[in-house]
Amino acid sequence: MNHTPENWGRPRDDIYGFYDKSFLQNTGGAQQHTTRPVVTGTSVVALKYNGGVVMAADNLASYGSLARFTDIKRIKQVGDHTIVGAGGDISDMQYLFDKLLESVLIKEEYQNDGHALRAPHIYSYLARVLYNRRCKFNFLWNSILVAGYDDEKKPFLASADLLGTRFSSPALASGYGAQLAIPILRKIAPDEASVTKITKEQAIEAIKLCMKVLFYRDARSMNKYSLAVISEEGVDLTHGVALENESWKFAETVRGYGAQTV
Amino acid sequence: MTSIGTGYDLSNSVFSPDGRNFQVEYAAKAVENGGTAIGLRCQDGVVLAVEKLVMSKLLVESSNRRISTVDRHIGIAFSGLIPDGRAFVNRARDQAAQWRRNFQSPMPISSIADDMGGLAQAYTLYSSVRPFGITAIIGGVDEDGKPGLYMIEPSGLYWGYYGAATGKGRQAAKAEIEKLDLANITIREAVKHAARIIHSAHEDSKDKEFQIEMTWVGKEETGGRHQVVPKELQEEAERLAKKALEGEDDDEDEEKEKMEE
Repeated sequence: MNHTPENWGRPRDDIYGFYDKSFLQNTGGAQQHTTRPVVTGTSVVALKYNGGVVMAADNLASYGSLARFTDIKRIKQVGDHTIVGAGGDISDMQYLFDKLLESVLIKEEYQNDGHALRAPHIYSYLARVLYNRRCKFNFLWNSILVAGYDDEKKPFLASADLLGTRFSSPALASGYGAQLAIPILRKIAPDEASVTKITKEQAIEAIKLCMKVLFYRDARSMNKYSLAVISEEGVDLTHGVALENESWKFAETVRGYGAQTV
Repeated sequence: MTSIGTGYDLSNSVFSPDGRNFQVEYAAKAVENGGTAIGLRCQDGVVLAVEKLVMSKLLVESSNRRISTVDRHIGIAFSGLIPDGRAFVNRARDQAAQWRRNFQSPMPISSIADDMGGLAQAYTLYSSVRPFGITAIIGGVDEDGKPGLYMIEPSGLYWGYYGAATGKGRQAAKAEIEKLDLANITIREAVKHAARIIHSAHEDSKDKEFQIEMTWVGKEETGGRHQVVPKELQEEAERLAKKALEGEDDDEDEEKEKMEE
């Protein structure tokens, strides 16, 4: 019996004979969409502080476990007030960043009315696109974080994933970061009220720490990343920031796998 | 007009025996009565300006724009039938967006002029359509910062220009533009000239209320974006324009007085 997914739920060949696929346009049988991401980016981490948001994502694009491209920019500035970070499939990210968001921005410029799209608008748009694609069962295989200012000029941070799920929190991380970085960030930002006590410097420091921990433990990460800081002055986005104070000393103490005996 | 009653002016797809397409000529008439529009191609970019006649005091100020942003780096000013202009601009926007989708780069100004010129010409060929009742001035900067300015007429004819003018006051405007050393002035300077030229082209229809609409695009000045000229700069330009025109009038008056003496 054939156990491949395209045969699930179909009449069995040994009982009913071969299925006649000749009426289908494409010879391969059923229409298939993306079932897995190919070239991928890993975590994006972000933290609100009093007056802004800090976001970071490393510059690696992996092809499976191969570190394939090492200068990929996974954080994009969108207009004057917003940044978007994406993990997951890189080609889908490029489609979102270079095609969709660019065209949204240009269409906004048609108005020439002095209004600009802010982070909540960009976020809402992206979440709708992701949800729309999931309803077509043709996912854009990304998890994204959107940061900036909202209409009341307060810091804004929210996430959306390939299912169109929306989520907001003062500390957010996607991918492996959701496991490793969020506990670190929640130590200083357990709730929305605590954000007012965090300074810009503290936030940057916390994000840098997260990037280090992620590099230590996430096998699909690298030691060079993009760092974005949103403040009153605007967006400060730097690519290719090197990891600082890296030390692998702790590795000797890790037990439980490998060649060493406990 | 001699064409009336001959039957040769009823359809686009019919020539008159002496080789004219009257529908196209009528479209050009629609433009001749529109508010003046000008474009100046300077060393570092392009300035577009139109004289917008205010139809009613009840209209919101700065509504009913006649200069449109087509892409980040391209603007179109037009003179003639406003709905025709809107349709023309929408088509230009589609073309520019399609170029970006295909090539991941901004559309060169020469290419969009070519596309839209072709479209305008196609609208002179078929009995099912009529020509655009507008003359459009397309301005922008290419990726390398090179400015481009083109003017498309209802016939589909288009040329590249250093300075272009259309609409009611085009003759006066052209005469003024010819005096400028466009290749050696910046768009910041040209804004003042543009305001002055629109004001002076308006002289003949003095009684009518009007507003100036002005946009610019330059690689250095606006970061390669087609934008409305900042309010302060435009107000300053208009102030100087009015002053310059009053100065001219004074001179004329003085001359008259001298003559009388």
